Amino acid sequence: MNSYTLRTTLVVAALACGVTALPVAAQTIKIGLISSYSGPGAAQGDQIDKGVKLYMKLNADKLPPGVKIELVQRDDTGANPDVAKRIAQELIVRDKVQLITGIVWTPNLAAIAPLSTEAKVPVMSMNAAGAKILNAAPYMARTSFTLCQSAYPAGQWAAKKYKKAYTAVSDFAPGHEAEGCFTRGFKEGGGEILGAVRIPFANPDFVPFMQRIKDAKPDVIFAFNPAGKQAAAMMKAYTDLNMDKVNIKYLGTGDIVTDEELAGMGDAALGVTTVHHYSAAADRPANKAFVAAYKKEYGENLNPGFMVVGAWDAMEAIYAAIRAQKGTIDAQKTVDFWKTYKSTTSPRGAFSIDPDTRDIINPEYLREVRKVGGKLANVELETITAAIKDPLKEWDKTDKK
Amino acid sequence: MKHPVGYNADARLRWTEWLPWVLAIVVFFALPDYLSMGARVLTYILFALSLDLILGYAGIITLGHAAFFGLGAYVTGMLSVKLGVTDPFLQLLASAVAAGVLGLVTGAVIMRTHGLTQLMLTLAVAAVCLEIANKATHLTGGADGLAGVVVAPIFGMFKFDLYGKTAYWWCLVILFAGWWLVRRMIHSPFGASLTGIRENRLRMEAIGAPVYARLVLVYTISAVMAGVAGALLTQTNQVVGLNVLGFEPSGELMVMLILGGVGRLYGAFVGPRVFWVAQDYLAKQFPEYWFFGIGLLLVIVVLFARGGVLGICDGLLAKFRSMRGGGTA
Repeated sequence: MNSYTLRTTLVVAALACGVTALPVAAQTIKIGLISSYSGPGAAQGDQIDKGVKLYMKLNADKLPPGVKIELVQRDDTGANPDVAKRIAQELIVRDKVQLITGIVWTPNLAAIAPLSTEAKVPVMSMNAAGAKILNAAPYMARTSFTLCQSAYPAGQWAAKKYKKAYTAVSDFAPGHEAEGCFTRGFKEGGGEILGAVRIPFANPDFVPFMQRIKDAKPDVIFAFNPAGKQAAAMMKAYTDLNMDKVNIKYLGTGDIVTDEELAGMGDAALGVTTVHHYSAAADRPANKAFVAAYKKEYGENLNPGFMVVGAWDAMEAIYAAIRAQKGTIDAQKTVDFWKTYKSTTSPRGAFSIDPDTRDIINPEYLREVRKVGGKLANVELETITAAIKDPLKEWDKTDKK
Repeated sequence: MKHPVGYNADARLRWTEWLPWVLAIVVFFALPDYLSMGARVLTYILFALSLDLILGYAGIITLGHAAFFGLGAYVTGMLSVKLGVTDPFLQLLASAVAAGVLGLVTGAVIMRTHGLTQLMLTLAVAAVCLEIANKATHLTGGADGLAGVVVAPIFGMFKFDLYGKTAYWWCLVILFAGWWLVRRMIHSPFGASLTGIRENRLRMEAIGAPVYARLVLVYTISAVMAGVAGALLTQTNQVVGLNVLGFEPSGELMVMLILGGVGRLYGAFVGPRVFWVAQDYLAKQFPEYWFFGIGLLLVIVVLFARGGVLGICDGLLAKFRSMRGGGTA
């Protein structure tokens, strides 16, 4: 009998210890990071990577004590939906990650969406911006932007200054969205669209397309391309054809003059107007601190682009979700937390997540490329709106009524 | 004895030929987390087998085999997304027919040429297919890819699941059928005539063999198999992207086959396995630089092991036999 009670006591004691010990024991949260490390999209993947690593380095103390993050990085090789889907499946089934983030490309996010729903894995998009993917993916949220958030206000603004526009966008979902939203904004303001060209996604040469636009003699080009090296190539075509000299203005979303590529674009970029949610040149204190930290880590001559900020803010939202759940990740609780997420410390200014759509509500700024201290910068001229929901999804709601 | 598998070899099944299948079944039970990767390896084995048939046996050099693979993948995808055909058998059949027709039409032209011209033409066919898929966005989704492919459960019972169990068995059964077909073919007089064409086309013509017709036929059969492999890829992945038609899969496939050993039937079984396992391991260890490892592997094989992995095995086996046989052999 004695040994029996002793054993019971031991078991109870051990259990008690175990129960009380659990919250303080070292815990590892596995996060899958899908990004582009090879192929033509490697420049964009590099931005994501820099944002993630910088955040993790500077904010280790923002995790509950004893909680560690294990990052499982995988290369999606660019906008390859089938590769992305395969990698996401392996991350979920084999590596048993509790959360997936990263994702530069819209087609890749669309491919992952059904997996996220089936396996109930929360996904935070750091960049992929296709507006309607989140509708059918209840475990997905976004800290980047949607194209319509900047293209629609850009259209409204342009209609006040110009009469005739020509749109030139990359031929994939975000490009189509940018084109549609700019056109709607521009026409509502009384502008006329002379023509629209969709440029192949993996395009080596922009000159033929730009020549066609030049011949049509619009007042302004509205452009979108998937940032990175394509932004620089399109700008080069614009300058090679001397389009700035014949008074054809170059307007677009922030993708066409990303902060990290701007230095290499040359003086022809001066005067390019864009509408976007982030500029490295913004003088908000949060942004100044962020840019200083970035330069300290990666070099004085490098500027963070908007993808670095998308990654930074996603990591902050993930860390906050982990804190709110006391060091664990539950799919439903994480998404519920994100639905009411608000940030006041983001380099882009305050933003929040729309509880209805899980999409981001962004501030938008009108910017112009100017020289600041001898260097090209996207100088913010005015705040177009402090908080804009994705117009596409809002229109869907009103159209239904 | 350069090519141990062929018409003049013993056509009976040796016990070693059952090894890949036993191994595949062992993998199913031993590595349940790796089944979706396994299904992909099986798909690529079928694809490599189709290339081995024309490259290894008939001596047709092609860098555009992804045209058939990609067409098969897109036909299955479009059937499901645009027309709502979700039956896996119907999807396979449609992909096979479509790839076969493309193989017949392009083969009729390409097989009139050989050497470098042939290589360029195969490349051109794949490039044209890629551009069509890129521009016909209302059908193919273009750069956005074709997402939301639905595949009905097989026989209404076996659903394609997250862990890839169904996909694994499905690919294994289709691969078995493909392997059986290819094996029968290369041990037949038809297979012998293909080897003959590879070794000396002029002489085959001189003895009255219908060289052109044989080549078009084998090219078409190979296209059908590649199309089926493409359909399998779509069914297991449920997404189709433009890169299935790109130069990359054609090139990678060639790498896999060379890695395993060309013209040996089972080279197609070894190569994709080595390639995908290496890729999987390297991509995990070095997400930034994994391509370097693959390149290194290929350089080593081309420099030091011309016959691929199976060539190394053959060499070792021959050495072992001659050592044991000594003077009596």
